[in-house]
Amino acid sequence: MFVKRILLAGLVLIFTSAIPAWAQKKYGPGATDTEIKIGQTMPYSGPASAYGTIGKASAAYFEMINAQGGVNGRKIKFISLDDGYSPPRTVEQVRKLVEEEQVLLLFGTLGTPTNTAIHKYVNAKQIPHILLNTGATKWGDPKNFPWTIGWNLSYQAEGRIYANYLLETKPDAKIAVLYQNDDYGKDYLKGLKDGLGDKAAKMIVAEVTYEVTDTTIDSQIVTLQGSGADTLVDITTPKFAAQAIRKSVDIGWKPLHILNNVSSSVGAVLTPAGLDKSVGLITTVYYKDPADPQWKNDPAMKEYLAWIRQYYPDGNPIDIFNLVGYLQAQLLVQVLKQSGDNLTRENVMKQAANIKDAQLPLMLPGIKLNTSPDDYFLIEQAQLGRFDGKEWKLLGKVLGR
Amino acid sequence: MKARSWKLIGLVVLVMGAVALPFLVSNYRVFQFNMVLVYAIVLLGLNILTGYNGQISLGHGAFYAIGAYVAAILMDLGGWPYWATLPVAAIVCFVSGFLFGLPALRLRGHYLALATFALAVAMPQLLKYKRIEQWTGGVQGIVILKPDPPFGLKITPDQWLYLFTLAIAIVMFVIGWNLLRGRVGRAMIAIRDNPIAAEAMGVNSALYKSTTFGVSALYTGIGGALGAIVVQFVAPDSFTAGLSINLLVGIVIGGVASISGAIYGALFIQFIPNFADQISKAAPWAIYGAFLLAFVYLMPTGMAGLVRLIGSRLLRRSG
Repeated sequence: MFVKRILLAGLVLIFTSAIPAWAQKKYGPGATDTEIKIGQTMPYSGPASAYGTIGKASAAYFEMINAQGGVNGRKIKFISLDDGYSPPRTVEQVRKLVEEEQVLLLFGTLGTPTNTAIHKYVNAKQIPHILLNTGATKWGDPKNFPWTIGWNLSYQAEGRIYANYLLETKPDAKIAVLYQNDDYGKDYLKGLKDGLGDKAAKMIVAEVTYEVTDTTIDSQIVTLQGSGADTLVDITTPKFAAQAIRKSVDIGWKPLHILNNVSSSVGAVLTPAGLDKSVGLITTVYYKDPADPQWKNDPAMKEYLAWIRQYYPDGNPIDIFNLVGYLQAQLLVQVLKQSGDNLTRENVMKQAANIKDAQLPLMLPGIKLNTSPDDYFLIEQAQLGRFDGKEWKLLGKVLGR
Repeated sequence: MKARSWKLIGLVVLVMGAVALPFLVSNYRVFQFNMVLVYAIVLLGLNILTGYNGQISLGHGAFYAIGAYVAAILMDLGGWPYWATLPVAAIVCFVSGFLFGLPALRLRGHYLALATFALAVAMPQLLKYKRIEQWTGGVQGIVILKPDPPFGLKITPDQWLYLFTLAIAIVMFVIGWNLLRGRVGRAMIAIRDNPIAAEAMGVNSALYKSTTFGVSALYTGIGGALGAIVVQFVAPDSFTAGLSINLLVGIVIGGVASISGAIYGALFIQFIPNFADQISKAAPWAIYGAFLLAFVYLMPTGMAGLVRLIGSRLLRRSG
């Protein structure tokens, strides 16, 4: 008798709790029982078109998810438009996505100036604007821009990681800094100086800049050598990074060479610079580089390679940008799953701001992604790596918060 | 009826249609047509220089940028209302156009094209220059707020801005029409067609050429200022050399030395790139190129030329 009553009570409990769950199916614009619409702008043409493959990779990932039945039974409709890296066209295309296509959210929009152009608009319209492909620090500002969350490890955070590394391992370093004369370079420099704190003035003995339009930075390297520095913090984009590596070895300068993550590609930077000349470089790593032989037998890497063969056969598997597009789409699918049947813009944003210790198998082991309503910096961890002539050998433990 | 009255009726219908447009389509489309109006003003300016005066400019994107930055800086740092920035942008661009026109007087044809192209290429970097960063915002550019409709009008900011731009465009077109139909316009065309004969007739070629450059830059600057207000953002990457080339494409497609051509050209440069992107993501510029070739082959006198041809055929049949 007693058991029966308990069972009955249990059944009642189950039903009363299940009914509101059914009733809670809620949809914002761009979401239905069968479909979720996602928008993006990408530079498929123009000066930054090399990045366009990120969007194609994400599209191919969603294709796989749809083939597997979609997210909670809903197919993803991914609309990725070309903006040619031109801010006015980004504004136009984003307005099209929001006002005409009525997408649920914007995802992975690429570029600092392009995202700046739509920053106020999407926040005024309250559209989730998440996993942006840019490392500027301003995307982590939940107070003023609660609808925007970036993707990359911010340049300042990376600069702080190098500062901590130097304070720990080489506290009397004489640091020379070479950086690109724009906000990307300045963001890194700020992170480095913040990290060094009051020691910055003493430790940094030389700062030299170059313009992104310069043909060579040979004279900058010679100047920095002349400063007597024994450590080089190299904040340069791929072409200049390759020059800096080669030139410093050629003139017989052997500083501890710290290279920013932007230029850490083995295929695109270190090989042209000379693998033998690259031995001893230090950088931060957070993805598993498909060109790096140490991940050859990694199950996640094998899965990635199988995916790219089937869904994006034109894509170059060792192009790190394809991996980035894959990872971002993977995390977005997780955010959507987490949103369940409540697919309103408010809830998606709430879930995007509540990522707890997410570990993506193609990021380095131990790197966890976290966001909270007052911390919008998604990737805040990385590991240092030292180049041994073939691959980045990981050093120490995962750093950062 | 005479051709003249047909034209007048056409014009009235066009203006009425343009006024009604923002109430018929979505705000996003209103925004797009607003950009068409902006480009139309710019293309009219470029057409005054290249079409009527024969000076080829591949650098008008630079004047567009100057106009845009003047408006953005005045609004952002000076707190000026958006409409008050237009006269300033006009004056700044007239002066810079006039001054650029002075040394450029010595250059003819291709050489002038190259000199102006240098201006277009240099502009994005000049805007990033460190010493002026406190005003220009450097690479980050300047974000400006969208103006609200005045007098408590019950329309959206997009609709208001469109109507505002339309009013400015009509004023600029009327001024341009008067300028080109009169003595000044004849002198400009004379210089284009035969500079020596024009000089012999007493036309001060040097003064006319640099003034034309100034006026052309003025139109472009007003367009730039309006463009900045519409887009709500300026940054060096918005004003690459590609913009200047696009503008030249616009006047050629629309019709060189034609006032109405500016409107057709503006429609082309606004809508064809999007259309190309819809057809192919892999090679949008190849599709764009195909469109360009088709237009140039099928309408050698531009879209304005085609419309004129059709118009005169119809008139002949009815008349």
